[in-house]
Amino acid sequence: MRIATLIQARLTEALAPTRLEIIDDSARHVGHAGARPGGESHFRLVIVAAAFEGRSRLERQRLVYAALGDLMAGEIHALALTTSSPSEAAAP
Amino acid sequence: MNEANPVFARIQADIDANPVVLFMKGTPVFPQCGFSAQVVQVLSLLGVKFKAFDILADDELRQGIKEFSNWPTIPQLYVKGEFIGGCDIVREMYQSGELGKLLRDKGIEAQAAA
Repeated sequence: MRIATLIQARLTEALAPTRLEIIDDSARHVGHAGARPGGESHFRLVIVAAAFEGRSRLERQRLVYAALGDLMAGEIHALALTTSSPSEAAAP
Repeated sequence: MNEANPVFARIQADIDANPVVLFMKGTPVFPQCGFSAQVVQVLSLLGVKFKAFDILADDELRQGIKEFSNWPTIPQLYVKGEFIGGCDIVREMYQSGELGKLLRDKGIEAQAAA
């Protein structure tokens, strides 16, 4: 299964995000350590979820890492995260 | 904290002995990863002196630091023994001015964000 599909399934189940963008940045890292043929090694995620409300940046990212589980130690080489609560995402 | 891993004592001693510690890939002059390079850049913009450890040159540290911090990615920034975060968090805190404030509140010389 594609890594992006796995990421989407795991985050949807764990965090029920109201917005989830999964951007495969692997093409920008071709030839770089950790890059694999076929891409899907470097990702950027934009996540809006009520589960982030009232939690620190560290706690939010730990929730994401926990949801992704073994993907973090294997398939995913790099992951950039933008995490917001619904109220923060609505703020101008 | 799990005391079983012998590298934990070394990491604890390093973050106790140095006010600002960056665990990174490569060195501040030759970072081997864009995320590590970004954190080095932020610390440089703030004019902060820091101690860097190259985890690529130390396999024991490479695995140990992830378990020690309960954080699966590199770079990792510590200030006065406290884990601050990785690249995303450091960059967001720099842009909002929080990082400079946190450093100054802890008695570390830092320029205000531009």
